[in-house]
Amino acid sequence: MEQPEQEVVTRLQPPKTAAETPAPPVPREQAPSGTGGTVFDAEKVSCYYGSFRAVTDVSLSIYENEITAFIGPSGCGKTTVLRTLNRLNDLVVGARVEGEVRYRGASLYARDVSPIAVRRRIGMVFQKPNPFPKSIYDNVAYGPRINGERNKQKLDEIVEHSLRQAALWDEVKNRLKASGLSLSGGQAQRLCIARTLAVEPDVVLMDEPCSALDPIATSAIEDLMHQIKSEYTIVIVTHNMQQATRVSDRTAFFSVLRNEESDTRTGVLVEYGRTEQIFHDPHDSRTEAYVTGQVG
Amino acid sequence: MSTATQADQAAPGSVPARGLTAGPGLGDRGFRWLALGSGLLVLVILVLIAISTSQQAASWFSTEGWGIFGTVWDPAANKFGATPFIYGTAVTGVIALVMAVPVSIGIALLLTEVVPFRIARPIVYVVDLLAVVPSVVWGLWGILVFAPWIQHIYADIGSAVTGIPVLENLFGPPTSGASFFTAGIILAFMITPIVTSLSREVIATVPAVDREGAYALGATRVEMIRGVVWPHSQGGVVGAVLLGLGRAMGETIAAALVIGSSPTITSHLFSTGYNMPSVIANQFGEATGVFRSALLGLGVLLFAFTIIVNVIARAIVERSARRARGA
Amino acid sequence: MAVLTGQQSPDLQEPAGWRRTKNRIATILMWLSFVLAIVPLIFVLYTVIAKGISVISWQFLTSPIPPSVLPADAGGVGPAVLGTLEITALATVIAVPLGILGAVYLHEYGGGNWLSRFIGFMADVMTGVPSIIMGLFIFSIWVLKFGFSGLAGAFALGALMLPIVIRSTDEMLKLVPDTLREGSYALGASKSRVTLTVVLPAGAAGIVSGALLAVARAAGETAPLLFTILGGLSTANPNPFSGANIALPMLIFQNASSPYPGAQARGWGSALTLIAIAFILMIAARFVTARYARYQR
Repeated sequence: MEQPEQEVVTRLQPPKTAAETPAPPVPREQAPSGTGGTVFDAEKVSCYYGSFRAVTDVSLSIYENEITAFIGPSGCGKTTVLRTLNRLNDLVVGARVEGEVRYRGASLYARDVSPIAVRRRIGMVFQKPNPFPKSIYDNVAYGPRINGERNKQKLDEIVEHSLRQAALWDEVKNRLKASGLSLSGGQAQRLCIARTLAVEPDVVLMDEPCSALDPIATSAIEDLMHQIKSEYTIVIVTHNMQQATRVSDRTAFFSVLRNEESDTRTGVLVEYGRTEQIFHDPHDSRTEAYVTGQVG
Repeated sequence: MSTATQADQAAPGSVPARGLTAGPGLGDRGFRWLALGSGLLVLVILVLIAISTSQQAASWFSTEGWGIFGTVWDPAANKFGATPFIYGTAVTGVIALVMAVPVSIGIALLLTEVVPFRIARPIVYVVDLLAVVPSVVWGLWGILVFAPWIQHIYADIGSAVTGIPVLENLFGPPTSGASFFTAGIILAFMITPIVTSLSREVIATVPAVDREGAYALGATRVEMIRGVVWPHSQGGVVGAVLLGLGRAMGETIAAALVIGSSPTITSHLFSTGYNMPSVIANQFGEATGVFRSALLGLGVLLFAFTIIVNVIARAIVERSARRARGA
Repeated sequence: MAVLTGQQSPDLQEPAGWRRTKNRIATILMWLSFVLAIVPLIFVLYTVIAKGISVISWQFLTSPIPPSVLPADAGGVGPAVLGTLEITALATVIAVPLGILGAVYLHEYGGGNWLSRFIGFMADVMTGVPSIIMGLFIFSIWVLKFGFSGLAGAFALGALMLPIVIRSTDEMLKLVPDTLREGSYALGASKSRVTLTVVLPAGAAGIVSGALLAVARAAGETAPLLFTILGGLSTANPNPFSGANIALPMLIFQNASSPYPGAQARGWGSALTLIAIAFILMIAARFVTARYARYQR
């Protein structure tokens, strides 16, 4: 593993205990953070696309039953890091990960690890809703079906439960046979969330899930995130700082590091901590510049 | 939260490390090999074609040696020279191109530059209908209807040019309804759809900005075509034309019915003639021994020629497409 | 700002004289090309319909083939119709799945590596291989050992269809958005599952339409059959796996050179039948695309 030639990244702060007094009032009531263990441990993770180093030396931990937000300017690698967590970057030709990523103690990138097994436990919701061209029912039942569930009654239960969790059941319960493509943007995204929840994952990754949606649909999804937080661990990439303050317990701020001599850029983790601290008392000047809107 | 679950299926809570190591199933790997095998089938078939037909043609090669390119084809006398047919293939191919290419390019330009989209669709449908007519139907119509009709025209032209030096050699008697020229015409009808559709694809890649630039300078449509469309697309159109040539060379049944079935090398385009695929189709039934081997040998030659033409044509088309994307 | 001199309004006429004439001529020539292409088509269709329609009847389509000298109503082309249907169906069953799988390899597994690019290129080249070569090929490699049969004909037609199906399926796979694939992967599906349960269903309309066009092409081909099914039957051979067979294109070919008006009439009737089959398949293909295709070009 190579030593970074750039300046050393700020190491993550030790997690604050729940006994700490909360920071000045934030717009939305924060649900109590999970008291469970660490779900992900990333140590000096660097991501390459071919010879291009997209992300350098990211180290952080994701904690159980919390919502963690990745924020930062365009091109800083936050989506890349997110996709590293469910090995979806494997699909990109030439993508490579260095460093160590542990999921509940097991190394995600060990030689004998199957990406398929990984993705059954770590689900993902995408930026643009991508319902399959199948019926609403079949969209949600897809995951359980490929996991071997054949019992019609069980599938009916799973579909209803997932759609309820995604706050979509009431709107579609009478037209489960309708095509998934016939839904509006916000509904389609909730369908994708229901589809993801139907396999009962451990973690749900969300890549800018609301960026293609209007404010009302966005609000519905943010409510949803709060409701399911107690059962899942959520990591969300977002461009919207207000959203990060509304939903997340912890925030990781990424930025772009330029190396003047070799004229290269790469993404780095600048600061990571509880959301209130990041936004109201940032330790790094770059963080402060970003969250106060001085830089885009 | 920390309760351990042993099920390999997705379950919340902490996950034992071994749950992550279920490898790709047998079915998944099998599917991959199946897909790969199907893809390789293309290469396998092409290689097998070359090998198997060459094997069958071997006795022709060994009997005639370089005489395979002789100019006399007389099965009764055991003479199997291929040149009359190579000549016929070339001649009919050229005639077909000379007639089809201007028409095809004209239609392609019509579709891309002149007509609005709504009218373009039906025009494309109609041109595609030309492609749907099977080769044998072209041949049937050609020999029973077209040839008898055009024979009179040939005869008239033939007598008209008697005495005029070059034309007499080309269009003078002997004339016949079933001839090189008739085959060329029918082939032209048949290759028009493919040359048109490929030319159209190529021409459509010319960026709209370039067209608009010429129009903005006050150019008329034909001036714009000359100045912008043609330089951009000429490479690709050449490729399309070559593909049409390949098609014309290999088109068997229509040519077999209207070409006249006489292996002669002559400059008289209105006289009966023969080409490679036609003789194979017509004479295979009665052929044995070296005769059959010779016919298969003609098939090998035809295969080689069409592969070469198609490889060059596709390479040209691909290169011009790449250049258009990069430009 | 320049001020108009006020003497005359600006000349906004079309360019006059030679430039305009050249443009007009060019446009006329382009329309003329279209007409030149349509005229033979109209003549062929008219002739086939005119000469064929009087011959066609249910009896015509099902009766055995009489000797050539007999008139048109003394029999029919039943064996050839059956042969065409059976042999083409067999060829479809062989070529379409293999073609789809081949395209799946090129697009889903190939990843742009040199092998998939080479195979794609050679598949394109293979579409230009004359159909007679496929007939000679199957003759050399199968008929000499196992004899003439409908199956041999199906192999030859299948070899013809294979690159066409690969090409059209590949085009369709390119149109299926990647985000659908990612959504499926994210749920823990293996590549074969993603392909079979999401990608192929999503592209089904285009794939089916492309396959129908390939079938239409194969149904009309004569040359591959000449060397593989032998012909010469007067009664139908319903078993495509053994014994010589006959099909419509081959019958037309034989009858076209016949001097007997009865045989020629049967030829026209068969031609009309063949064109009708090809047209129906083509229209079905367009219908499937229009009604069900989601990802148009």
